Amino acid sequence: MLELRAVTVGYDRRAPVVRDAHLTVAPGEAVGLLGPSGCGKSTLARVAALLHRPDAGEVVLDGTPVRGFRHRAPRAQRTAIGVVFQQPRLAADPRLRLADLIAEPLRATGRRASAADRVRELADTVGLTPDLLGRRPHEVSDGQLQRACLARALSLEPRWLVCDEMTAMLDASTTAALVRVVEDYRASTGAGLLSVGHDRTLLNRWCDRTVPWEAVAAG
Amino acid sequence: MTTDVDVADTKPAWRAHGAARRSTHALRLRVSATLVAVTVLAVLLVPPLVQLDQQAVDLAAKLRPPSWAHPFGTDDVGRDLLLRCVYGLRVSLLVGVVAALTATVIGTAVGAAAGALGGRADRLVMRLVDTLSSVPHLLLGIFIVAMFRPGVWPVVISVALTHWLSTARIVRAEVLSLRSRPFVDAAVSGGASRWRVTVRHLLPGVLPQAGLAAVLMVPHAMWHESALSFLGLGLPTHTASLGTLIQGARGSLLAGQWWPTLFPGLFLILPTLAIAGLAGVWRERINPRRRSELML
Repeated sequence: MLELRAVTVGYDRRAPVVRDAHLTVAPGEAVGLLGPSGCGKSTLARVAALLHRPDAGEVVLDGTPVRGFRHRAPRAQRTAIGVVFQQPRLAADPRLRLADLIAEPLRATGRRASAADRVRELADTVGLTPDLLGRRPHEVSDGQLQRACLARALSLEPRWLVCDEMTAMLDASTTAALVRVVEDYRASTGAGLLSVGHDRTLLNRWCDRTVPWEAVAAG
Repeated sequence: MTTDVDVADTKPAWRAHGAARRSTHALRLRVSATLVAVTVLAVLLVPPLVQLDQQAVDLAAKLRPPSWAHPFGTDDVGRDLLLRCVYGLRVSLLVGVVAALTATVIGTAVGAAAGALGGRADRLVMRLVDTLSSVPHLLLGIFIVAMFRPGVWPVVISVALTHWLSTARIVRAEVLSLRSRPFVDAAVSGGASRWRVTVRHLLPGVLPQAGLAAVLMVPHAMWHESALSFLGLGLPTHTASLGTLIQGARGSLLAGQWWPTLFPGLFLILPTLAIAGLAGVWRERINPRRRSELML
């Protein structure tokens, strides 16, 4: 279970962006979080990915309350959740070739030896051709870069995936391809999914259940 | 038709403006690069290749104006000024480069640590930087050299220890801005440690700025060496450096002998301006606004 209990969060304690949010994702379940722009859903996604410490409330991961966020979270907890961000340009270190981008989590967690094979395998999964792996982010399209970012998120085989408007910058065919990759991954591993977005049609078709923002957070 | 005429009229004007600016840049780059290259070659090649003693005293030929035998004239004990200037530039450049590099390393380390750690550590370190900045740095430099015997290394230490503050500020600001980017979030989520995030993602991003700060600091450090030596606190007077040369020439300037002051002065001004010019071109290269203009 990935649970958010009474989470209040923001960037200034006096003016929280999200108040009293409750959200639960069961193992293997796909939950869509639907909200208008600027409502705080990305901030809530960052909390769910353990990247932002809430001002109040708690995150419970598989029954264990999360004690620290970002670097203060144990590595095993952090890497149990894969994240894909909205804008691939900002989510990719501009200096890294796509192969290094995808291999980064493997190297950071001491799996350097198997990294090269795993990168080839992941690139194939997300539909990146080998010649693209040698390019840097500015030499590929948004869609190709987002595929690499998805491959990076899947590289450590997370039990949970948080997709924050993953397909907002992409065309319909790339959107379909990436959703298929995520669904194939979930089918083979049983991972849970929290997909945040504002596209009702997409979330309804993609997820087991879609919750509107009003049902998650107060005001 | 009229719009065609408009476009035909405005476009060449815009292009001409851009081309003129580009050619000024190119000229500045070429002049600066040539001057720096000549300086570096002279400083590296003259001492091993030219078998002349820069310390050779010839009291019979003291304070001679420029001539074919002594293109820059001679000083008050008859030493050849051209040779003294080259040796002096060698010492000044060495002090400038080593001090600037040391200051940049200190500044980058402190700034990156403050930016990457954030929170209380950041506030503490930056208040310390503010406190040190509030002391005039020449004064602090004098204080530091005064603790040692005169020599090259005390000057290097003094300049390095007083000039890392601005680099630390630049690097910290840059690290803070990089730290909030989603790619750092992605690295954290991928299990990267603080150290790995700093070394792999943050530091490489600030290196262009830190490198630029280092190059811009070389002329500044050379001026400081000269200032300290001129005040009689830096290098011992027998060691040729641009500062000691100018200091030694003060007396003869009042007697109408201009060359012992002018030539070391030019040797100080021209290379430092050239280095600053190169750094200026580099700054424009890494400036994103400029880069987007180049892409048009």
